[in-house]
Amino acid sequence: MKRIALTTAASAAATAAFAAPALAQSLDESINAAFASSTGWFVNLIFSPFPGTSFPWIVGWLVVAATIFTVYFGLIQFRAFPHSIGLVKGDYSDPNDAGEVSHFQALATALSGTVGLGNIAGVAVAVSIGGAGATFWMILAGLMGMASKFTECTLAVKYRNELADGTVSGGPMYYMTKGFKERGLPGGKILAVLFAVFTILGSLGGGNMFQANQAHAQLTNVFGDFPGVITGVIFAAIVFAVIVGGLKSIASVTEKVVPIMGILYVLTALVILGMNADMIGWAFGQIIDGAFTGMGVAGGIVGALIQGFKRAAFSNEAGVGSAAIAHAAVRTKEPITEGFVSLLEPFIDTVVICTMTALVIIITGQLITDPATGNYVLNEAGSAIQTVDGNTGVALTSAAFSSAFGWFSYILAIAVILFAFSTMISWSYYGLKAWTFLFGESKASALTFKVIFCLFVIIGAAASLGPVIDFSDAAIFAMAVVNIIALYLLMPIVKKELNSYLTRLKSGEIRKFQ
Amino acid sequence: MSNTIVVAYDGNDSAKRALAFAVERAKVISGNVIVAHVLEWSPYKFLTPQEIEERHARRQDELSRAEAALLAPVKEEYASSGVPISTVIKYGHVSETLIKLATAEGAVQLIIGRTGEGALSSRLFGSVAGTLAQTCPIPVTIVP
Repeated sequence: MKRIALTTAASAAATAAFAAPALAQSLDESINAAFASSTGWFVNLIFSPFPGTSFPWIVGWLVVAATIFTVYFGLIQFRAFPHSIGLVKGDYSDPNDAGEVSHFQALATALSGTVGLGNIAGVAVAVSIGGAGATFWMILAGLMGMASKFTECTLAVKYRNELADGTVSGGPMYYMTKGFKERGLPGGKILAVLFAVFTILGSLGGGNMFQANQAHAQLTNVFGDFPGVITGVIFAAIVFAVIVGGLKSIASVTEKVVPIMGILYVLTALVILGMNADMIGWAFGQIIDGAFTGMGVAGGIVGALIQGFKRAAFSNEAGVGSAAIAHAAVRTKEPITEGFVSLLEPFIDTVVICTMTALVIIITGQLITDPATGNYVLNEAGSAIQTVDGNTGVALTSAAFSSAFGWFSYILAIAVILFAFSTMISWSYYGLKAWTFLFGESKASALTFKVIFCLFVIIGAAASLGPVIDFSDAAIFAMAVVNIIALYLLMPIVKKELNSYLTRLKSGEIRKFQ
Repeated sequence: MSNTIVVAYDGNDSAKRALAFAVERAKVISGNVIVAHVLEWSPYKFLTPQEIEERHARRQDELSRAEAALLAPVKEEYASSGVPISTVIKYGHVSETLIKLATAEGAVQLIIGRTGEGALSSRLFGSVAGTLAQTCPIPVTIVP
């Protein structure tokens, strides 16, 4: 009772605080319209389909890359999986190196950058457009993406820059310049600059606006409708305090609470699945059926596949090059060990967490099917599946979880805000590294970027979902275009490292310390 | 049999008394003293990307500060005591790290100062001295 009273009071206060809500609403709308018209061409370019099909070339690009890396490294994601776990547990860490960043910490930090709204809202978007079958393609893309992540993170550590003060700067832009030079390949600098530009756009898009946007959506879902500008300004102020003001306490609180929220999220999903244990078989049936028949979704099988692959890529960022920036900062004698550790990310992020979200949405019956045909009922425009109450995005996930536990929408609201926040902090770092690569490591240039980043938080919260999500996807996928070209050209280097490491592991030269 | 005594040292008054006591004991058994300073560190603590980037530099900084502020003065003070004194800085969980070190060095005794934490905080978090007294495989002396 108390909580309900509190909610009402809070929303009343929010309404009262804005005596002229109509003005704020129209501000939202004008930001939105300007945003959609200025980014449309970029979105169209990235998502244009292969001629004569509805299959976006960019999705093919990612899948082909993940397949090539999987084959080239001989199913490394499965072969090296146990060794990766051993590395994270610290079995191979020299006790004399204690006090340096551990493999576990590197993984946790990279994960807090990727586990976020993609896992909650993105998956909901995928299944509400592509149906249950999208889950199958999402899991497949997650498993294959492990090989892409392995490749990029190994290279990022190998070619990072160590500065005189002992700090390190790394990421795709450094392996593009240094790695290409070492192999005598041309064009490294051009690729690096392009990558840095797209990273900045991606950090402002998916790493920032999408997060602010969905955090606001979840807040309105719980507290009732209020202008996005309010959420935006508050979020921007907190982000500003952390990245500009160096307020460590907020960041460290988030870093502690985020993993707890992640675990709580997965546990709740497992409980809901447990409560509906008899339906798990049916749900997997739906996933397999949908994957190979489409079950009447827009675009059929291809529609389901596109959604699954798109969301997996957006959620785990394999092949995008972002996590490579985070992993590059870790000190390790063997670059390849960071690659091994990083391949766990798409697994945890996509194969575990995203699948949980999808299963809960499917099992709680959020997607409406026609009892006569077994196919999905589409909305009026025919673009998405009808859901109970017409929810999409984070509201759909919230509705699915709340149908089992009414209080979960409050937990989810907190989780969404914290995930959004930790993802923003991570992406502000990725964006900053790209920015300083382009404009130099001076304090003034770093500050410029940080201020721009905070302004985009406000824009993101105010814009409606459509244009923001499109632009976010486009910017992040544009990073993948450049990054994967570099990965193809540099993958023999990774192979050499891998072979040398595996030989030494076998001979006992590399062994456990405990 | 080795006559090594390990003493935990963090520079405060009780640690100084513990060290003085350890040197006296070492004289009696004509042994040597290892002065250990442990910096609390968990490989499972969560860091931001920025902290990860700065970690190595910060570690170097912490090590050199501990060496200069804590261990160098100790070596100087006891240089003429006739007891061989060596120093070591470790990262990790304090009591676990001390036990590991003492075991690895084959020490005969571990000597620590009593920090005198408040009743409440030691009840909540346990005290290093209490934990060592309970778990250390070699004799532990707690110096008040």
